[in-house]
Amino acid sequence: MNPQTLQIICFYAFSLVAVAAALSVITLKNTVHAVLALVLTFFSAACLWLLLDAEFLALALVVVYVGAVMVLFLFVVMMLDIDLEKMHEGFVKFLPVGVIVAVVMLAEMLGLIGVRAMHARDLGADPAAVAGVSNTAWLGQALYTKFLLPFEVAALVLTVGLVAAVALTLRERRDARYESASQQVKVDPRDRVRIVKMAAARPDEPTAPQEPQP
Amino acid sequence: MADQLINQVVWPLIYILCIVLPLVIAVAMFVYWERKVIGWMHVRLGPNKIGPGGVLQAFADVVKLLIKEVILPTKANRFLYFLAPLIGLVPALAAWAVIPFSGKMVLSNANAGILYLLAMTSMGVYGIIIAGWASNSRYALLGAMRSAAQVISYELAMGLCLVCVMVLAGSLNLSEIVNAQAGGKGLFEWFWLPLLPVFVIYFVSGVAETNRLPFDMAEGESEIVAGFHVEYSGSAFALFFLAEYANMILVSFLSAIFFLGGWLSPLQGWISADAPGWISWLGAGSFAWLFIKAFVMSFFFLWFRATFPRYRYDQIMRLGWKVFIPIAIAWVFVAGLLKYYGLVSTGVGA
Repeated sequence: MNPQTLQIICFYAFSLVAVAAALSVITLKNTVHAVLALVLTFFSAACLWLLLDAEFLALALVVVYVGAVMVLFLFVVMMLDIDLEKMHEGFVKFLPVGVIVAVVMLAEMLGLIGVRAMHARDLGADPAAVAGVSNTAWLGQALYTKFLLPFEVAALVLTVGLVAAVALTLRERRDARYESASQQVKVDPRDRVRIVKMAAARPDEPTAPQEPQP
Repeated sequence: MADQLINQVVWPLIYILCIVLPLVIAVAMFVYWERKVIGWMHVRLGPNKIGPGGVLQAFADVVKLLIKEVILPTKANRFLYFLAPLIGLVPALAAWAVIPFSGKMVLSNANAGILYLLAMTSMGVYGIIIAGWASNSRYALLGAMRSAAQVISYELAMGLCLVCVMVLAGSLNLSEIVNAQAGGKGLFEWFWLPLLPVFVIYFVSGVAETNRLPFDMAEGESEIVAGFHVEYSGSAFALFFLAEYANMILVSFLSAIFFLGGWLSPLQGWISADAPGWISWLGAGSFAWLFIKAFVMSFFFLWFRATFPRYRYDQIMRLGWKVFIPIAIAWVFVAGLLKYYGLVSTGVGA
């Protein structure tokens, strides 16, 4: 078996898993199962990218999406108490709208693919392989030299999005009680606890001198 | 064809077994060592009945766990319940693929070794979350929730610490990171010195990431019984146990590789290679040094466990987000400046 054949077999195996997992995301009834299927989709996509020698993208996908974003997703979905009956009530009612949106999206995507296919050109050899460095090193070089401005702009946009998300969701509650860590650290035990020194055993009480009874 | 099969499949499988089998035995011995050390710290004897000095205690425990019944709680999700221990264990073992044991001994000398490690360690949390959810138990779910939040928080700090290492070493490859710490000034060439705060943060985050005391919110025996694995028994529990200890040993090895010079000798450059016999061996790098360093680092896990009381949940979050991450971010800049102005020399030739 030559490497190419093996690669093609791997490609179809990973693609099959990715498509099957993506389908189960929208067909599974249990929301937690659906999220786990989405995790599998991401993971298969990462495997596909790894086949294309895009090791940085693949591992970044696993680190960011599988390792962090989907964990938070799962976190939220596990907390949800979803009534499936209620969810299915509107299925027939919203079906026409859903179908229209899906058809329009499909047409747009096919159109885009068609336009791209007309302008398709050979990308040439892998630039990282040409430069003789690893994929990650080449990507870093390109991002921080050739594409520095777009890269920084993207970073800025993401930061703005982050700040906006915090600003939108953070509500100061007047009645909430907070603990100040610095105050806690500064606490002096002497202000709170009074240590009373005393003997371990009660001393023998001196017998009061007997007053001579008259 | 046959040659290719042997080279591509058979040899890697043998190498994998050469790592996994000693790892499993190391976990067993580490459990024994942990119980012994904590016994000594508590002024007890620890296990001392089975085998000479109790050495075989861990193996007796394994046999006991394997012959116990695996219980499936009512209304638990059968598939995910049994899948969870495996999901927890696989990343813990897979991460070992890129660990260089010495200059030539490495299973996969991957270029993006650090990224691979981050990917694998971040996937371990799924075992805990799925176990907590599939058990259909409140305590287990609470443990899973706590663990998810904690692991994500500390992963960020860990990742930023690794960015500092990457900046100084100029590579994502673990062997190259170790080689960047070679030089003529012995143990002062290693990255623990220029990255001292980051070294501390990395190791403490590693303790938090593996859910060990004082950060064991996922288990929290006194609050939520045993957290995510409260419903597990027998061999399913043994898998969680194995994953946790394999992760601890992994973090010990990684700290040794990133900050303590990996397989390099602490006396490198001080002893000439022409010195006779064992003296020259002291100055040369070998896997023995890596094992000694990892052993010392893993001892800290036990020491912490016997020393510190458990953190409160909000204190853990505060430590991760408000203390560790800002310091690590600041040190990324410090590391960049150190590198830019050539204050840190890396590698022998460079």
